[in-house]
Amino acid sequence: MCAHSLQWIAVMRPKFLKLFTIIAAVLLAGCPPKSEVGGGGGGNAASSGGDILIGEYGSLTGAQATFGQSTHNAIMMAVDEINGSGGINGRKIKVITEDDQSKQEEAANAVTKLISQNGVLAMLGEVASSNSLAAAPICQSNKVPMITPSSTNPEVTKKGDYIFRVCFTDDYQGENIARYAATQLHIKRAAILTDVKNDYSTGLTTTIERVFTSLGGQIVAKQSYSNGDSDFRSQLTAVRTQNPEAIFVPGYYTDVGQIAIQARDLGMKQPLLGGDGWESPKLIEIGGKALEGSMYTNHYFYADPSPVVRNFVQRYRDRYGAIPDGMAALGYDAAHVLADAIKRAKKLDGPSLRDAIAATRNFQGFTGTINIGPDRNAVGKKIIIEEVKNGQLALKATIEPTASATPTATAAQ
Amino acid sequence: MKRLPWWLRDLIYGAIFIAALIGASFGMDAIHIVGIAYYQRIIVLMGINIILAVSLNIINGHAGQFSLGHAGFMAIGAYFAAFLTYFYFAPYVNKFPVGTEQFVLQNALLLVAVLLGGALAALAGYLVGLPSLRLRGDYLAIVTLGFGEIIRVIILNIDKIGAARGFTGIPNWANFFWVYLFCGVTILISWRLVQSSVGRAFLAIREDEIAAEAMGVDATRYKVKAFIIGSFLAGVSGGLFAHFMMYLNPDMFRFLKSFEVVVMVVLGGLGSISGSIVAAIILTYLPEGLRLAKPFLHIEKDPRMVIYSIMLIVLMLTRPQGLLGRRELWQVLSRRKEAPTEEPDATSRS
Amino acid sequence: MQAFLQNLLNGIAVGAIYALIALGYTMVYGILKLINFAHGDVFMLGSFVGYYAGRFAIAHMQNTSGTWTSWIVAGAIMLLAMAACGLFGYLNERIAYRPLRNAPRIASLITAIGVSFFLEYGGQFVFGPDPKFFPQLVEKHVLQFGGITTTNYQLIVLVVAIIFMAILQYIVYGTKFGRAMRAVSFNYESASLMGIPTDRIISLTFVLGSALAAVAGILFGLSYPKIDPLMGILPGLKAFVAAVLGGIGNVPGAVVGGLLIGLIESFVSGSRFSNFTPAIAFVILIGILLFRPSGLFGKYEAEKV
Repeated sequence: MCAHSLQWIAVMRPKFLKLFTIIAAVLLAGCPPKSEVGGGGGGNAASSGGDILIGEYGSLTGAQATFGQSTHNAIMMAVDEINGSGGINGRKIKVITEDDQSKQEEAANAVTKLISQNGVLAMLGEVASSNSLAAAPICQSNKVPMITPSSTNPEVTKKGDYIFRVCFTDDYQGENIARYAATQLHIKRAAILTDVKNDYSTGLTTTIERVFTSLGGQIVAKQSYSNGDSDFRSQLTAVRTQNPEAIFVPGYYTDVGQIAIQARDLGMKQPLLGGDGWESPKLIEIGGKALEGSMYTNHYFYADPSPVVRNFVQRYRDRYGAIPDGMAALGYDAAHVLADAIKRAKKLDGPSLRDAIAATRNFQGFTGTINIGPDRNAVGKKIIIEEVKNGQLALKATIEPTASATPTATAAQ
Repeated sequence: MKRLPWWLRDLIYGAIFIAALIGASFGMDAIHIVGIAYYQRIIVLMGINIILAVSLNIINGHAGQFSLGHAGFMAIGAYFAAFLTYFYFAPYVNKFPVGTEQFVLQNALLLVAVLLGGALAALAGYLVGLPSLRLRGDYLAIVTLGFGEIIRVIILNIDKIGAARGFTGIPNWANFFWVYLFCGVTILISWRLVQSSVGRAFLAIREDEIAAEAMGVDATRYKVKAFIIGSFLAGVSGGLFAHFMMYLNPDMFRFLKSFEVVVMVVLGGLGSISGSIVAAIILTYLPEGLRLAKPFLHIEKDPRMVIYSIMLIVLMLTRPQGLLGRRELWQVLSRRKEAPTEEPDATSRS
Repeated sequence: MQAFLQNLLNGIAVGAIYALIALGYTMVYGILKLINFAHGDVFMLGSFVGYYAGRFAIAHMQNTSGTWTSWIVAGAIMLLAMAACGLFGYLNERIAYRPLRNAPRIASLITAIGVSFFLEYGGQFVFGPDPKFFPQLVEKHVLQFGGITTTNYQLIVLVVAIIFMAILQYIVYGTKFGRAMRAVSFNYESASLMGIPTDRIISLTFVLGSALAAVAGILFGLSYPKIDPLMGILPGLKAFVAAVLGGIGNVPGAVVGGLLIGLIESFVSGSRFSNFTPAIAFVILIGILLFRPSGLFGKYEAEKV
């Protein structure tokens, strides 16, 4: 076998030569890119005097692209503002972004590339909890602190002591929407429509069911769908026969709009209640009048009259031509929390940065006051309940947390 | 060398191979170039894809059966191996203090978990293959596609292994050594198989099933065999994948994944083992390599996947029989005409 | 009983859309023995053409909703979508499939997958990945009778689908072109020997199939106004299953298959087993194929040796 293969040297056909060169070109093209490594040579993120490198991974394409792009826009805006006002201790931040196509394996690849090839100091991402779950072990084992702006699944921060989050968890928001429905809206009979393909939705469903029934409510119908489905009439028909007072729909805005329309088409008048997956400028565009009277929990309210929020919304609008949604607000906050921690860190390396992030207290973000608790979650964040009124989002309630780790909602307004 | 009995020869080759792998593992760990971890990751993923492609090649290439459900078998292997490790093996191993004893135990149990994952996948392959093999070409394709989806939906509904949330916390036991060891095993099995009488039967069935039956080849029995072997290896690759990614999610095993593997096999040349290997390497690398397109072209949006799809179309148009056709790499390079060459298939239609 | 009838109506309305897409699959397969994986994405293309055309129309024509002008505009948009998709189908065939006519069949399958990816990722690249709201081309009315609630959209879907299926039936069985199509799908070589311009027939088949997919796209956009570049994957797969169910290559079979899939989906997703909805269609498909390996109406062609 070995002897014969030597003949190929003499008789290499031109066609294969062409093929080889194309393949070789593609393979070589991926060799350590010199321009990507910012600042001083070698890509050492904390090399003195160079830019501080931060990695961002998100779904810029694929099924969750809107969430990823929102977050990305906000992070870039935050970083530009920080750099514009002098950076951190005189050094600028440089964000290197990698797309993960809304896929978990790609998230792991993207994070590996950012850590090993670009040598980033810290990581921002992701929105979808399953992508965060895929990437977290890698950040953890490489001692690169990771802050997720919007992953709400409780499992994410359990991956290790380098993983943090700045938003509330599904336990928290599920509990609060269920409690609000039971105690403030006085709903006794409700149905739940779950997106079984989505861990966010199934997690929320479990919590909502538990809390709602513990407060004396009754779940009269449970139905499921898969995100991406277009027709929910069968599920809604089944719900209709039970005649609930409200329907919990803890899914993504892409489906909720259609669910609402089809429910109204079927003659159902109950309000829908949901979580932060509803948050998007497109929610009302898709759902329209059908969403009138429906409510959901959110991280911040874009029409908040406070000057700080209005300023933020205006800046974002000027730059990107759209109103920032909850993902954007969280992305912005996450970037600022990270920057603040970098400023406070004793040294610019993983362990010191981790300690600095863990010590974040009373950070005023657009999504509320951020205190990083012992389990690396943002404790006691306020929850906004928004209602769709007259075709617009209106603030229905703000639930301020009490000091305890699992805050009980104190109803407001 | 030729005078030694075959088993001794095999043993020596095997030992050399394992030694080379161990050497490569140490070598890779020793290199401290910046950014090497990323490439190491890609290399391991290439290895997993090689196992997938070569195993599918047995079913689609050698036996000529159009299977579109490979991702389902991979999923079974992945989840079962992860289940065994997470709930039984890892807690047991963690009781030992860090040391050689633990190291040996961990690797041994990884082997067991992966092989059992493969075994369950093989069982699934048997159950899928048996009723499906009455069906012709394209019908078989849709049925295997269906089975793949059914498996995925079942996994999606089992809460114990994570359901939609995914299976987290799988220990990182798989590495370059194990993945490439199984690569070697897979290639060996495939190569030996195609040269054996079983392999001859496969090729006969692929060329003309009725003629093969007329010659006394029990087509159904051999087709099922191809499925079992192919799905076993797919399950093995799944188990390794699970222990490398440390996280599993049913979304990773959609029919799109099956498509990706089919593309690898066809691109390499249906029936060519080395072709599948080459194609797996290229197609694993391509999405990563194309990350450079965005800064290169100075555009805002990421055109990676658009370029990828165009390249796919162009590659198939320019070389429809695949990179290597039905020949193996060394045959192609030495221009030998002994091995079966690609004739334009006169009966390729109707 | 009420729920049953409601689900029945929903199932037929959805099934009609699947049927329109399945027809395209089945016609192309009948002629070329090719599974055109990109077909689902042609459906998506039709929706998007309708989206942009609809927005343009609404922006430039004030206050015509509710009058019959809006119907004419809607019809025009549908024809535009059909033309656009027909053109795409033609180009698709010429560029991606015709050169591979003599290559192993699996090669054109891979290019089909490539074209599918191209449409999906290209769509995300060009249109943006965010979902868009399909404009209401015609005013919506909610109708109620006998305890069943529906909208005029569902009725429009049924009527339009039936019309186009009838047209297709006429084309395939009542015209010379249709006869040529059937001849080519029966035996390609003999048909060309008989003087039938096979290349042209094949091109026209693609155009026809793609036009039907465009109609499905518009109807889908009306019924389920959320559209995005990846919307064609699932309906495409379901339509493909429907085509196989009915016997791939068989035109009435595709219609029956489509309706069947729609009904199955409708009844299962409203039941206790709604978690397993994506899989149930496949289970039923496999069950049927076990007893009728060529699909419900397919002919089991004995292979001549």
